[in-house]
Amino acid sequence: MTAPAPAVRVGGRPPGAAAPPRRRRRHLGVYLLLVPALVPIAVGLGYPLVRQLVLSFQEYGLRQQFGQPARWVGLANYAELLGDPYVWAVIGRSVAFCLVNAAVTMVLGVALAVLMARVGAAARMALQVSMLLAWGTPVLASLTVWQWLFDSQYGVVNWLLADVLGATDMRFHSWIVEPLSFYFVATVIVVWMSVPFVVFSVYAGLLQVPTETMEAAQLDGASARQRFWGITVPMIRPVLSVVLLLQIIWDLKVFTQIYVLQRAGAPTRDTNLLGTLIYSYAREFSMAGALATVVLVVTLALTGFYVRRMLKEDEL
Amino acid sequence: MSTLTTPPPTPAVPTRTRAAAVRRRRPVRRRRADGRGGPLTRWLLGTLAVAIALLWVFPIYWMISSAFLPLNRLRTPDPTFFPVDGTLANFRRVLADPSFASAFRTSIAVTAIVLVASLVFAFLAALAVSRFRFRGRKSFILTVLVVQMIPAEGLFIAQYGMLDDWGLVNRVAGLAIVYVAAILPFTIWMLRGFVAGVPIELEEAAMVDGLSRTGAFFRITFPLLAPGLVASGVYGFLQSWNEYTLALVVMTDPGRRTLPLWLQGLVEANRATDWGVVMAGAALIAVPVIIFFLAVQSRMTAGLVAGAVKG
Repeated sequence: MTAPAPAVRVGGRPPGAAAPPRRRRRHLGVYLLLVPALVPIAVGLGYPLVRQLVLSFQEYGLRQQFGQPARWVGLANYAELLGDPYVWAVIGRSVAFCLVNAAVTMVLGVALAVLMARVGAAARMALQVSMLLAWGTPVLASLTVWQWLFDSQYGVVNWLLADVLGATDMRFHSWIVEPLSFYFVATVIVVWMSVPFVVFSVYAGLLQVPTETMEAAQLDGASARQRFWGITVPMIRPVLSVVLLLQIIWDLKVFTQIYVLQRAGAPTRDTNLLGTLIYSYAREFSMAGALATVVLVVTLALTGFYVRRMLKEDEL
Repeated sequence: MSTLTTPPPTPAVPTRTRAAAVRRRRPVRRRRADGRGGPLTRWLLGTLAVAIALLWVFPIYWMISSAFLPLNRLRTPDPTFFPVDGTLANFRRVLADPSFASAFRTSIAVTAIVLVASLVFAFLAALAVSRFRFRGRKSFILTVLVVQMIPAEGLFIAQYGMLDDWGLVNRVAGLAIVYVAAILPFTIWMLRGFVAGVPIELEEAAMVDGLSRTGAFFRITFPLLAPGLVASGVYGFLQSWNEYTLALVVMTDPGRRTLPLWLQGLVEANRATDWGVVMAGAALIAVPVIIFFLAVQSRMTAGLVAGAVKG
């Protein structure tokens, strides 16, 4: 009974029994192609992730740094963290900062994208080039320039406000000592850097709105506003939601801008956001781990939404 | 590190066809823009666009302009807007600073390792994902997608602890490991689209003509992938060259600074004393990067749109 079966299988192939093993070798080869990529990801991201999760359930203080084994404390770190009103204040600030920044970035970005689609070639070119330049500037270089622009003594912003617009009390105004004006400066910088990405994504989406549909709506008597809200927005909704989600994810974990501005002389405690708060725990690994885990869970929850979207678009 | 701030770690499927479609639509679009609104409206909108463009570009202009000004012309009641008869002294001072050269070398070393490792590894993985069907393929792609979103700020303490245990703090290798891990996912994602964009039929045709599978791949597909590899490479370069957060955590020794850390050190040393030198340093770092960025960005944006819009 068993004899014919292999004969049938071999029948279509050139003689020689090498076929099945070869196929399996190729199969394993596929996984070999993945190994070089998986190893660094596992070492550089996966292991720290696990390690941080473990640490967040342990007591890891000074004594442990001198060699004592860490003690399991269950959720004590989380309890301590979330029992601290200051941590809640920072969480509140971070969420507010994130929402304001994401909203301002989106509104400006969409407005500029619409503008870009409506102006002539020369003006569009100017807008595109300036956006690209801002987008491409390294974050540290742009932070440096913005500090110089907002410099209290010789900065252009104060000069503009005091000498051109006549608000003389702004002449030596220090922008970063007050939390609110600190966040204002941070917002200006973050928005300046983030808007180009929104503009280009939305503009590209606008180009895909069929001209015929718009013309038909125009013939039917739809006003410009009706056409925008009734046709354009629904058609570019996928782009809008993805871009908005990315803005929220990025703005929630903003670190470099806040950290650098703090170093410029702002009161750290009054201006901390989640990223800088984690950083300030520096050697209290357990607390840092617990807080980082909280941030991570929130981010991944947002990401999950994004990934679901991607899956629905079926791009895998 | 997606984390690495400047360009988007956005899942992208760059396909030439979509980009071409976008390009084809443009003239049609322009005709419609002409047809709407009077000449006055158009003129006003154009002026507004140019004004916003100038506003947006001003900080960059200001960086370059200030870099050419000596101290006594920076500290004046009225700012100098055009650096006529400027000086190169600021640049000379920056370039003569041994810590700049040291930071430059560190950045080059880290970036070179990251670039080679991430390109080779990502290329192999992209090949596997887009050319073969195998068990676990979907979960691998999903992992790549999710991992991109892990914020550096949520992991850097744990990464520091790990590198500290292994004696890799303040080492180029240590920083390179965490950079490669952060950059790989997006690079795989990007290259995956490029590999999938080269029709397998081309390879098969070459195999019919007598090339081996490997031969067909390297003689036919690989050359067609060159633009994709360049784009991904520039992306990796920009990321590791500009990254600040992880470098801050890993390179604690001032002698092991990368360029962004060095620039921050320069700011802190010269704040309120000499912004000209600081701007020269910033410009030296920024200008080459901006040029690289201009070279690659259209490809990345097209990829984003292809991924996000169902056209």
